[in-house]
Amino acid sequence: MSAAVTALSVPLSSLRRGARAVVQKVVADTPLIDDVLRSTVGQRLVELGFVCGVEIEVVESMWPVGDPLAVRVRGSTFALRQREAAAVMVVPAGATA
Amino acid sequence: MDIANRRLADLRIALVGVPNCGKTALFNRLTGSRQKVANYPGVTVERKEGHFRDRAGRRYDVLDLPGAYSLSPTTLDEAITRDLVLGRIAGEEPPDVIVCVADATHMPLSLRLVLEVQKLGHPMVVALNRSDLARKRGFRLDVAKLAAALGVPVIETVAIAPGGADALIAGLAPFAPRDRMIEAAASGNGATCDLAPDRETTEHTQQVVPRILAEAGYREPLRTRAAARADAILMHPVAGMLVLGAVLFLVFQAVFSWAEWPMDLIEAGVGALGGWVSGVLPDGALQSLLVDGVIAGLGSVIVFLPQILILFFFILVLEDSGYLPRAAYLLDRLMGNVGLSGRAFIPLLSSFACAIPGIMAARTIPSMRDRIATIMIAPLMTCSARLPVYALLIAAFIPSRPIGPFNLRGLVLFALYAAGVLAALAVAWVMKRFLTKRTYHPLMLELPDYQWPDLRSLAIGLGERVRIFLTRVGGIILSLMIVLWFLASYPAPPPGATGPAIEYSFAGMLGRTLHVVFEPIGFNWQIAVALVPGLAAREVAVSALGTVYAMSATDAALEKALLPVIASTWSVATGLSLLAWYIFAPQCLSTLAVVKRETRSWRYPLIMAGYLFALAYLASFVTYRVALALTP
Repeated sequence: MSAAVTALSVPLSSLRRGARAVVQKVVADTPLIDDVLRSTVGQRLVELGFVCGVEIEVVESMWPVGDPLAVRVRGSTFALRQREAAAVMVVPAGATA
Repeated sequence: MDIANRRLADLRIALVGVPNCGKTALFNRLTGSRQKVANYPGVTVERKEGHFRDRAGRRYDVLDLPGAYSLSPTTLDEAITRDLVLGRIAGEEPPDVIVCVADATHMPLSLRLVLEVQKLGHPMVVALNRSDLARKRGFRLDVAKLAAALGVPVIETVAIAPGGADALIAGLAPFAPRDRMIEAAASGNGATCDLAPDRETTEHTQQVVPRILAEAGYREPLRTRAAARADAILMHPVAGMLVLGAVLFLVFQAVFSWAEWPMDLIEAGVGALGGWVSGVLPDGALQSLLVDGVIAGLGSVIVFLPQILILFFFILVLEDSGYLPRAAYLLDRLMGNVGLSGRAFIPLLSSFACAIPGIMAARTIPSMRDRIATIMIAPLMTCSARLPVYALLIAAFIPSRPIGPFNLRGLVLFALYAAGVLAALAVAWVMKRFLTKRTYHPLMLELPDYQWPDLRSLAIGLGERVRIFLTRVGGIILSLMIVLWFLASYPAPPPGATGPAIEYSFAGMLGRTLHVVFEPIGFNWQIAVALVPGLAAREVAVSALGTVYAMSATDAALEKALLPVIASTWSVATGLSLLAWYIFAPQCLSTLAVVKRETRSWRYPLIMAGYLFALAYLASFVTYRVALALTP
């Protein structure tokens, strides 16, 4: 990915209903999900399919601020809160055009 | 260990798959009703095991593992799945063959788990489930090429169709049980080393997934227009909420109105049985035990079987259809305000059937704090065991009057359920505000595709509920009824006594003692007696009242039915006060026992019992005093 693309990336949490984008990365510093199991939000997001180059679409979004968002990725849909969605950096469709 | 007892040819298989992949439907298809549900030792994760035989007569033991997205767990359920496939659970043999269930409609997600499991190096088979459904939506995949790319057999299954698992059964036939002697000698050679995959490994697997899928000529199934349209309505911030409210309202109306005629039927049957036994047996202690204790007691509980079935029917249908996670999505923000996760919706909804499965379902909430908050308020969801009490009191004190398209009784029932929910929200808010530190916990909830509920799984689920209910009726409730009958019958009244016999009995004495406590909230001594066995099971309160009143009847006509008796002898204020009491109903020992087991401490069950009792007493006191002031 070039520096120009990086500059265009935004957090997934900022997208509105109907928006499409391409995942750039999941940020490194994400909260722990479980203190005992030491699993992190970032690890799970990657497992669910939020990996570089994958297309995503915000299919539904709750009022008033898109919390949670329903995000479609690789044919599956997940409900993400603003805070989880903020960990996924995406390049909105059309941003590179 | 039962290794030695089993014939060598028996095969032990474990089903592994991501949540919502149709794994449980496949388990039901394979094993039918030959299932056993228990817990893993030391934890409360459900262990579902079943077995079947193939045409050649070979026996297969099937273990249905909890759904897991990955072998790096975020929940206790996922941790169990990981530990079991790794053979790390004491007393659990690792399976001979892992059947990794892949959902054709969610291939990338499923395939990633397949790759992770494959790395373990155990014998495995991939069951490609739902490919029929996926094909209708434009899915393409060359199964042979996928098998070649993975290096393990890939077998298509249709879990919801008869014979849909036959190919899988045939595919398992060539496998032999693992040689445990050799394995034991070779253990520790690194094959089952600790491999919680880190972020980098996961990212790498995620790069392999599209490569393998491309090799197998994969084309992703499209999201149907119907599903998109359904989501647009059901997940809409306003329309979705209205639909959710309507769905819940419909469920409660149905519980009350559909169940009416089978309940009348059961009631008539129980009455006829009691009459027949009275006619056949001579008057005396045995006749009294059977008619007043056993038949009157059990009959008044069994009569609620239809309502409990209807409630479970709706919960299972909503769960199977994929609607419940959408409801959790809608409510997440709202529930977040009082310190709960949207995920808590599913355990809380199950608590409407019974708090015990609800509290156990809270295991799927990753954070311990969220989990405890959910557990603590689960008993405020009106469980089906309270339904008998509500049903009896509503029928006795609330007139059946149409209000618009609804019935006043249905509305009152709905209001009681709503009161429980509001109380739960208030309690959760107080806990969030004053008791726990807030830390952040994610939602990350999958919204599965909509599907028609599988009738077979529905039938198995309902059958299981009926079995549990009837075992309870036959076990705990029956024994309590006999004890209560004894307490209510002895000591016999002194000669020349004028009042009903029960007033001189142990139960009468106990009731009068407790009456001191309950008098300010309008309970008479009969209610006080009935609340005691209600400790073991809430619905017993009704049969206990049945027994207490049957025993206190001075003329034979009064023995017939409980309903007219309480309608004529209790004041409306007392009836309403008891209804308010049951919104909180602190006296369920099995719930407290499960809380103790789930939280592994006495602290939470004690806090729970204390706060529920205080709230119940307060609510009843206010209700009783207000009702007294308002009624003539």
